Amino acid sequence: MSNASILAVRNLEKTFGLLVAARDITVSVPHEQTVGVIGANGAGKTTFINMVTGHLKPSKGTILFEDKEITGKPSREIVQLGISRSFQVAQIFPTLSVFDNMCVAAAIARRKSGLLGGVTSPVHSEAAAAEAQATIDLFQIGQYRDTLASTLPQGVRKLLDIGMAVVGWPRLLMLDEPTSGISIEEKFDLMQIVMSALKTRKITVLFVEHDMEIVARFADRVLAFYDGTVIADGTPHQTLDDPRVQELITGVRLKPGAGHA
Amino acid sequence: MAGRAQLVGGLLFLLAAAAAPVLPDWIASLVTIAFANALVVLGLIVLWRAGLVSFGQALYYCIGAYTVALIARWTGFTDAIALVLLGGIGAGLVAALVGFLLARYREIFFAMLSLALSMILYGVLVKTESLGSTDGFSVATPTFLGYAPHGQALSLSLYWLTLAVDAIAAVLVAGYFRSVTGALAAPIRDNEIRVEFLGVSVTRVIHAKVVIAGVLGGLGGALVALTIGHVDPNMSYWTTSGSFVFVTILAGAGSVAAAFIGSLLFEAVRSMAVDIMPSLWQMTLGSVLLLTILFLPEGLGSLVNRLRPRAGAK
Repeated sequence: MSNASILAVRNLEKTFGLLVAARDITVSVPHEQTVGVIGANGAGKTTFINMVTGHLKPSKGTILFEDKEITGKPSREIVQLGISRSFQVAQIFPTLSVFDNMCVAAAIARRKSGLLGGVTSPVHSEAAAAEAQATIDLFQIGQYRDTLASTLPQGVRKLLDIGMAVVGWPRLLMLDEPTSGISIEEKFDLMQIVMSALKTRKITVLFVEHDMEIVARFADRVLAFYDGTVIADGTPHQTLDDPRVQELITGVRLKPGAGHA
Repeated sequence: MAGRAQLVGGLLFLLAAAAAPVLPDWIASLVTIAFANALVVLGLIVLWRAGLVSFGQALYYCIGAYTVALIARWTGFTDAIALVLLGGIGAGLVAALVGFLLARYREIFFAMLSLALSMILYGVLVKTESLGSTDGFSVATPTFLGYAPHGQALSLSLYWLTLAVDAIAAVLVAGYFRSVTGALAAPIRDNEIRVEFLGVSVTRVIHAKVVIAGVLGGLGGALVALTIGHVDPNMSYWTTSGSFVFVTILAGAGSVAAAFIGSLLFEAVRSMAVDIMPSLWQMTLGSVLLLTILFLPEGLGSLVNRLRPRAGAK
């Protein structure tokens, strides 16, 4: 049964009353693959991510992570198993400095397990501080180390948000629109920093993205969502050249060769 | 830094303990009450840091007090140390129970719900004639591991017991603030979603904070019951809760020491105000609070933090 896939989703479905938000999603992701997820608003991308990360309980179907069933588990348990996520709107602690944000995340990830684990582990341990610093360096936000998070520029916020998801050494990371709210000029640099950091840590990535050039540039594989299900699944070229994807999602034909900019 | 603060705090506690025999009686009893109430304030600070204000901390205060009074009355057991512990445990159990409800609420809803719970206890006690209704009843004179002091020796023993309980509570709470769970207060106040997705149940952390604050409230109430020698339903009335919130604003949530400084100052100002202008003492207290909010928005405790060498400053 084990086929080297880190995530295996079968027949996943989510309904809200009569509304079908996701249906019949079957996807298998091998280790260390970078998967782009595209689709119009309401196509089911975020619902899919929310189900895998435990934010929503699927109505039907199964989710296997490293061959363990995680369907319907609460998000905090799923995080502890090794699936982490970032958010469309950066979720950080505005009244703490960048370093303290990262330290809290690192200390939580390193805390002892058990009922009293959180109370008996110190928040300022040398190991957590070192881990926090390493992740700050990895995401190249060292110059903001002592800056209050509420005053950070948008791009740095995003990097901090993703960094906090990575500091606990997850094996699978879900990025929900990592470049949303970022200017076009900055998008590529930001994605470059993020993707090389994730490669360094050998993290399998699923990222939701609306900019097809970024998808073509950074994904090994692209899933196209439409009306709650996957309508195309293949290399960026295959998916972006799919006539249905062009008709329903991208709307335009991408210039040939854009995939290797 | 933490080590230095604890050293200074420890020395002050020893000084306070050593000074007791030469202090005038009224000061000793004022300090005992102030330091017993400081435990309740310390509990409020634990909640305050996570952005939660309880307007019903008198619930635990009253339960701690009545636990002590009732055990002494029904069983004749009068050992102060055990009674104070039982008061803390009793209040902690109630906090654990109502925590299931409280931990789901935030902000004004948390404040009002805790207020409502304390007023339920008030209502029940007022209607219970076998417990003296609004008059309450007297608490038996406590003993200390077989030693049965009277008069000044009794006040001194209670003073020392209060100091000892305070010292232990201060060390434990300071340790809690340095732990991962304790340090999650500001993150929870800032962004619960992120905390959940880092793998921590916010509800459980808040539930634990409610219990910690409940135990501290119970210990404070138990000590006050023994010191005053009387309990009545007013211990659960909303004005009692209000005065604890008052002291917390006065003290600020910046440090453990703030609870003790704030509580001591509050009692001192209150007794002086009552002494100097008996009919206008509330106005004096109100002015003190107003001045504190205007000029020391982080509370009196921020003065202590300013004296400390700043961490990470170059």
